This record gives sequence, C-alpha cells and structure tokens, in this order.
Amino acid sequence: MTRFRVSVHIIPRRGLLDPQGKAVTDALHTLGFAAVGEVHVGRHLVIETGAKDAAAAEASVRTMCERLLANPVTEDFEIAGVVKE
Amino acid sequence: MKVGIVTFPGSNCEGDAFHAVVDQLGEQAVMLWHKDHDLQGSDVVILPGGFAYGDYLRAGAIARFSPIMKEVAAHAAKGGVVLGICNGFQIACEAGLLPGALLRNDVGYRSMPVTIRVEHTNTTFTSVAKVGQCLTMPIAHGEGRYAASDDVLDQLESDGQVLFRYVNAAGETTVDANPNGAMRNIAGVCNAARNVIGLMPHPERAVDLLLGSIDGLVLFESLLVAAHA
Repeated sequence: MTRFRVSVHIIPRRGLLDPQGKAVTDALHTLGFAAVGEVHVGRHLVIETGAKDAAAAEASVRTMCERLLANPVTEDFEIAGVVKE
Repeated sequence: MKVGIVTFPGSNCEGDAFHAVVDQLGEQAVMLWHKDHDLQGSDVVILPGGFAYGDYLRAGAIARFSPIMKEVAAHAAKGGVVLGICNGFQIACEAGLLPGALLRNDVGYRSMPVTIRVEHTNTTFTSVAKVGQCLTMPIAHGEGRYAASDDVLDQLESDGQVLFRYVNAAGETTVDANPNGAMRNIAGVCNAARNVIGLMPHPERAVDLLLGSIDGLVLFESLLVAAHA
C-alpha cells in the first residue's frame, strides 16, 4: 500500500447558471481583461489516500466523486493529478 | 398523528416544525437525533431547515449519510410521508428521495416573504388546499435554485410532480416573482409515488398570525387529514 495525494476539480456543469462564475467574469471585465470569456468557480479537493498504485488511487477517488464529492445532477469532476507522497 | 422531526448538527428550524405540529395542529411530535436508528413510530418524518453540517461540500451532501437517513429512506420506500423543508429539501434531493438539485441562488442569500401557487392537490401535503391557491410564507436560503435536466423537468410536469411555483401577487409565474432563479419557478416537488415532498419556503413559519401569515396551516392540515383518513 502506497500513499498518494489525488487532486480533483469539481466544476458546475456547463450550461447551468453559475452565479459565482458570472460575478467573477464581470469583475475581470471591469478590470480590463476583455479577452476573458467565461469563468467557472468550483472546488478543488486534495485527497490523501492509500492504494496499491496510482491507477487504483485514481479509481478510488472517481468512486468518491460519484458517491459524495460531486453532485451527479449539476456538477462535473476531473482528476487533476495523482502524486506519490 | 405522530410526526418525527429529525435534528442534524446545524439544523435550526426543528423548533418551528415542533411548534407547528404540537401547538398549532395539536398533534404529537417527537424529536429524532440524526444518529438514531429508530423513527419511534412516526407517521410523518420532517427534515427541517437549517445548515446541516454547515452546508460543507454542498448543502445536504453530508447529512444524507447520517445514520437515521437509512430509516427515513426505508419509511419513504414503504409509502410513509417525508417532508423536506428548505435544508430538508436539499437533503432529500441529495439522498435521491426527490429528483433534481438545489443550486446557489442567482443573486445571493434571500430572506423574505414569497408567494407560492399550489399546482396539484393529490398529495398528502396539499390535499386540503385548492389548485391555484396562492400561499405567502417566508424563504431564507442561499442555495434554493431548483435545477434538473430538461428531460427530468418535462417528466415532472407531465406527472404532476411540480407542487409549488413562485408567483407574483396576481398568481403569475414571472421572473420577478422567482427569488432564486429556480428553473420554471419551481418552489417544491414530490416524488413519483407522491409521498416524499420537498419545498424551499417555510410553511412551518407561517402557522401563527403573530408571525405574519397562517398560509402554511393548510399544508399541515392536509397531513392531518391524510393521517386520519
């Protein structure tokens, strides 16, 4: 069993109104960042877990996302990184 | 009628629910701790408002795994009535007892009276109300924007599961009458079996003229009629 740090991004599903993202977009436009299109505000989680290898650690975190960390109705998730501790 | 009121760490409307059931309806209520494994013979279970587990992760996401939720799900599966109010609605959605999800409001936290229109009366929570009846009661939430896929929304509409919509004083569903950006102005829904009901507004805070409205009473009286039927 090896220890891993698995990072996961959880973001509002595209097409659903994201009021935080919209507020940040508007503020960036006000600051002159005219090239900014859309901003999406989500969550970043870092999960320290034991697994036999990196693939198993990632698979385990995917299951965690499906069961608890992301809402299947309104959110998408992506594994951002798997690092051996 | 015996009503079980579940208290999670961070619930804050369990006392209002108790007041509505015991003082206004004159019925029995029992407080159930979220770690309990027994509904103590409750006919109706209320998941009250508040901020269970501080709304950490997502509102209701962690509360749905509290030990008592297994018993609540079993009660619902047997046809027992479950009523989720505000945070309780969020918990019921997260638990899969109700379709859809409650997202962050389009414009921040809202605490205000709203008017909702009763869309269907063939549930234990709306049987004494009239279709089209408008009820005024408070909302107080930051994550109450009802959302589901278009397919799910269409199915809810065709099956008559949209029980309440936000409306203006004339009873019309307008953008201005919608306090949180909810899809199709939806304020409350029920499950396909019609025994699990969730809504964002607080009927339990509208049962006493001292608090400005008694429009919530008709919903609690519906529960009573169903229990004695």
